[in-house]
Amino acid sequence: MTALATPEFEAANEKQKRRRGLLLALPSYLYLIVFFAFPLLIVVLYSFATRNRFGGTDLSGWNLDSYARLGEPIVRTILFRSLGLAILTTLICLLLAYPFAYFLATRGSTIRNVMLVFVMIPFWSNFLVRNYAWRVLLGNDGPFSQLTEFLGFGETRVLFTPTAVVIGLVYGFLPFMILPLYAAIERIDGRVLEASRDLYANGWQTFRHVLWPLSRSGVIAGSILVFVPSLGAYVTPEILGGAKTTLLGSYIVSQFLEARNWPAGAAVSFVLMTVMLGATLVYFRSGGRNL
Amino acid sequence: MTAAVEISDVTKRFGDVVAVDNIDLTIADGEFFAMLGPSGCGKTTTLRMIAGLDFPTEGSLKIFGDEVGTLPPNKRPVNTVFQNYALFPHMSVLDNVSFGLRMQKVDKATAAARAKESIELVQLGGYEKRRPNQLSGGQQQRVALARALVNEPKVLLLDEPLGALDLKLRQEMQGELKSLQRDLGVSFVFVTHDQEEALTMSDRIAVMNEGKLLQVGSPEEIYERPANRFVADFIGQTNLIEGTVADETTIVLTNGARVAAPSDHAAGTAVALSLRPERATLTPAGAVEAADGRTSVDGVIAGVTYLGNALVYDVALDWMTIEVREENRPAGDRPSPGDRVAVSWTTSDASVVV
Repeated sequence: MTALATPEFEAANEKQKRRRGLLLALPSYLYLIVFFAFPLLIVVLYSFATRNRFGGTDLSGWNLDSYARLGEPIVRTILFRSLGLAILTTLICLLLAYPFAYFLATRGSTIRNVMLVFVMIPFWSNFLVRNYAWRVLLGNDGPFSQLTEFLGFGETRVLFTPTAVVIGLVYGFLPFMILPLYAAIERIDGRVLEASRDLYANGWQTFRHVLWPLSRSGVIAGSILVFVPSLGAYVTPEILGGAKTTLLGSYIVSQFLEARNWPAGAAVSFVLMTVMLGATLVYFRSGGRNL
Repeated sequence: MTAAVEISDVTKRFGDVVAVDNIDLTIADGEFFAMLGPSGCGKTTTLRMIAGLDFPTEGSLKIFGDEVGTLPPNKRPVNTVFQNYALFPHMSVLDNVSFGLRMQKVDKATAAARAKESIELVQLGGYEKRRPNQLSGGQQQRVALARALVNEPKVLLLDEPLGALDLKLRQEMQGELKSLQRDLGVSFVFVTHDQEEALTMSDRIAVMNEGKLLQVGSPEEIYERPANRFVADFIGQTNLIEGTVADETTIVLTNGARVAAPSDHAAGTAVALSLRPERATLTPAGAVEAADGRTSVDGVIAGVTYLGNALVYDVALDWMTIEVREENRPAGDRPSPGDRVAVSWTTSDASVVV
């Protein structure tokens, strides 16, 4: 008797394939459930709970009080300040990264690979250490201040200002803007740009009507990768920002550790996460795949 | 009349590589002009220099009398149909076609109307809203054509425009391109590596190799009177029978046979007789009289290739093998391998090349 691929055989075959796939994915599924989904659920639960008089949390009497606190002026100020700095950081990163990514994408492979390594080098040293390095650079007697003084602008007091935070954030997250932009631009067929020039577009028009729209997925991916961590940044604002520029990350930490108001911290965390999730969804809805 | 394109002493170097080596070329207004050669011969670089996508290292390049040497592409009255079309993937067919007009600040309504006309011209009416990736290769080709023609260029440049299409469609588009060019009366400069395409479509052909311009002429001139071995061999099939010039009317072949072949090369020059397979005649050995003005060599059939409408015989001579192509005929009537035959031709069937 010859073996034939009967419908029954095909069905069984398909089923077995699916089962094998599930088995392969199981370890990572388990890991994510135990260490991500479950803790996340706890955070959400806590955000609806009540803080008791001793700084503990009563898991009863569910309410929306913690969310109502988001409307308070102090929290709102922090929220808007964080949003503002994150948007500013994203824009500056975009402005710096785009020309660089274009340059990179249009070079030969040798130069390109060397430059890409340079982009990645900062990742090899500790993020915290690099932030402290900026503290030295931007300090009142630091090289930056000395330079401006030497140039006749007087000494600069940048450290512990929002400017220092933005400088630090741009420095920290610039590679996350460069890489997706580079990937997107590199994929564009160079002849399309030549076609644009051939069809009477000048350099600016070619950028505006061809290069920019075709690199949009990279722009969105890079912006999300910079915006999201900037919004929740903790280390950089703590080290470079000083006390007067509390941002969301520091606020969340203070709610958990100092005010001992876990529900409030959980509520802010949850809102922050929702915003980030929303941004990511927007990206995928726009057909992006560079993330 | 001013030439559409006038290239004088143009050389293009990329670093140490000479892509185009000191060429002179004049393309007349309203001409269908093909640039033909193997890949890397400099034909595409020449086209790109006319378009303004590359600039000549030396020499002068004029379009309708105006020097355009280093003028950027957007300031030249020419448009290009790119290899693989280079359509804007994020735009509809209509937006692709109206792009050139919009960049020239033609008002929106006029641009759209003219784009529509152009789309009709290439028979794509009804496809205005599609994206390039929703079109077949042939349709994309038409969009690329419409996108260039809508600007009413003085010269249309085409870089291997039919290369990506399958044979049937390619032949169809060849005819359409040719009639479109005739109707518009605009010069088409057409780059191709396909000699058959060049022969069927062009008014004149420039054959290039290794950056040099080898010959410019009508398809018939190029095919019948190739300037050298490379051209003879590259255009169509040919037998190159080696020999030496004896005097103005005779050359001596490698085997010592003296054959009639007029040439203006000095005696003693090493030359080859280019004999097209379809120009040679096959007869049973001894049947040809030298008196009827034909040159003849004897050989043995070494192989037969069946092509359907034709047969190609490999004929082994004493010192080389040549191909002879004949119309198909019934099996019983064909010479078969091992038969002794004579291959003959008249002086006008063959040409002498260096």
